[in-house]
Amino acid sequence: MRIALFATCLADTMFPAAAKATVQLLERLGHEVVFPLEQTCCGQMHVNTGYQSQALPLVRRYVRTFEPCDVVVAPSGSCVGSIRHQHAMVARQAGDEGLATAAEAVAGRTYELSELLIDVLGVEDVGAYYPHRVTYHPTCHSLRVLRVGDRPLRLLRNVRGLDLVELPAAEQCCGFGGTFAVKNADTSSAMLADKMRHVLETGADVCTAGDASCLMHIGGGLSRSRAGVRTVHLAEILASTAVAA
Amino acid sequence: MSTFLGMPAHAPRGVGNLRGDEPFPAAARTALANQQLRRNLQHATTTIRGKSGRVIAEVPDWQELRSAGSALKTYTMANLPRLLEQLEEKVTAAGGVVHWAADAEEANRIVTGLIRETGEQRVIKIKSMATQEIGLNEALEAAGIEPVETDLAELIVQLGHDKPSHILVPAIHRNRAEIREIFLREMPGVDPDLTDNPPELAAAARRYLRETFLSTKVAVSGANFGIAETGTLAVVESEGNGRMCLTLPDTLITVMGIEKVVPAWQDLEVFLQLLPRASTGERMNPYTSMWTGVTPGDGPQNFHLVLLDNGRTAVLADEVGRSALHCIRCSACLNVCPVYERTGGHAYGSVYPGPIGAVLSPQLTGVEDNASLPYASSLCGACFDACPVKIDIPSILVHLRNQAPHPRTEKAAMAAAAYTMDRPRLYQRAQRAFKLAKLVGRRGKGLPPPLNGWAASRDLPAPPEESFRDWWRGR
Repeated sequence: MRIALFATCLADTMFPAAAKATVQLLERLGHEVVFPLEQTCCGQMHVNTGYQSQALPLVRRYVRTFEPCDVVVAPSGSCVGSIRHQHAMVARQAGDEGLATAAEAVAGRTYELSELLIDVLGVEDVGAYYPHRVTYHPTCHSLRVLRVGDRPLRLLRNVRGLDLVELPAAEQCCGFGGTFAVKNADTSSAMLADKMRHVLETGADVCTAGDASCLMHIGGGLSRSRAGVRTVHLAEILASTAVAA
Repeated sequence: MSTFLGMPAHAPRGVGNLRGDEPFPAAARTALANQQLRRNLQHATTTIRGKSGRVIAEVPDWQELRSAGSALKTYTMANLPRLLEQLEEKVTAAGGVVHWAADAEEANRIVTGLIRETGEQRVIKIKSMATQEIGLNEALEAAGIEPVETDLAELIVQLGHDKPSHILVPAIHRNRAEIREIFLREMPGVDPDLTDNPPELAAAARRYLRETFLSTKVAVSGANFGIAETGTLAVVESEGNGRMCLTLPDTLITVMGIEKVVPAWQDLEVFLQLLPRASTGERMNPYTSMWTGVTPGDGPQNFHLVLLDNGRTAVLADEVGRSALHCIRCSACLNVCPVYERTGGHAYGSVYPGPIGAVLSPQLTGVEDNASLPYASSLCGACFDACPVKIDIPSILVHLRNQAPHPRTEKAAMAAAAYTMDRPRLYQRAQRAFKLAKLVGRRGKGLPPPLNGWAASRDLPAPPEESFRDWWRGR
């Protein structure tokens, strides 16, 4: 299958490993990956911070860039959530019904990585090898906006060598919330403190998730406290093989 | 009817309890430093989440009930004028008197006037969010009338000269030692040997309240529901103090927000299943009191219903925001909110805290008066899942952020980001320049506000050697 990658601005700029791993994983599974260079950002930061009109060109850009593609994948539950639940709304409130309809169509073909693997490609065992003790943070937008459910866990359970340990109070937000993390830095840090405590309780070496943004937050806290636990994107674990590991 | 002269008014300034003294981030910072508060909140919210989750799981058609509740509220808001007039007609026909209050000041004036007419100096009160919202107690005290809260937690808040911090559990921020001290200091006729054993504290309140119930001739209540079809008012509660207030006095004055009207008696079938399970985690609340006007020889012989707007019509005018009026005050969204669990209710400034407060208070006052509240959420979505009438709180928060005044530097940064993101070549150059972020180090030394807020507790990610798109081009 020919699959278009929406890398997301955060992974493209700050966490290229997550996007590279997505490419390597899909190619290993026998698919062709394309990366349209006109892509930038889904516009979620602008919508969620109260700058909806500024997100309009970014919505238009996303729709125009990916309109010709049959299937789009992004290694982010949050960005896919915004594409699916906000793009048409932004277009509609700006009075652009044509864009709204097109946005709905493209959003219907845009998948978060675990959705693509299980629902579209029908694969739960991607043939990965990752010999580490891992705990999984479900991330709010994967969980409550996209409802990916246990798809990431099903993928992780099939990874050879991986010791999956359950994260206590997993469904509670890590405190990132986009600009919330700086606008309400103290409250965000208090939420993070509890999330880190739960991660450490598991004794895991690695905390994984389907969103580079939440991992940047949890990882930033773990790094500051020298906890020794690393954050690794789900795509990187799934892309890992006996040779690469 | 007055002539329509533009947009409906917001709740006026200078009266009531819808506005805080400082923005949420500052108030939250103070609250977060209170370990006792955080322990109380974590314990209380975890307990109630578990309890509520268990009784909700017993109901096979819970999702259908939520949808029914949502549909009933949507219908009610679309037909509000007609339903309110029907309610007025039925209450009047049953011997009650209906008053219309445009705002907090008018409502306080009406209630104060009605009490003065009775010649009484003291009233007993049932826990009511509407009267907290309008600052009725403060208005009554200023008029020389003593209001006595009869809900145990509200009594603790009142005697402590404090403010409620939770819709359902207003004294959630107090522990038993503090309650004992408040009772010893403030409760008339209290036993000086009172300990902090909860049954003893409850017994002390019971003795004090029992005397008050029997000797007070006027009661003030709120209402959970007002049924347009029959003119029946309903109050649900747990302690039985409400039943006392609704049956013992000669005069009963009920202050009800106009959004609390429901079309028909049968609609309670839905709401009386949703409310207790979502709020206290009970299958059914212990006391459900209903009354229709006045019944000769039984209960209060004078009944007044004050219908309160105080900004609600302005909320109704907003297509996205109006579903905040669907709220049945169960507080499920507070109990699941990771922000509320850590900051408590006082940080929100308004008498309506938590996620629902963050969407309701700014709409009642006008968003410029509560501009920080729409941002007091990580948009995690737990509130939407928990809401028994399916209010999409995250979407309303985002909608209100779009209306809120924005700081100048943030505006400039957002505009620059949007400009760059819409120009892939410029975006690529910015990505390459991003490597300079190494200069501030992972601790973000010298970062300006608000970015230094991140760096205070979190390391910055190390910038990669090359962006993904540079890697892609080079492969």
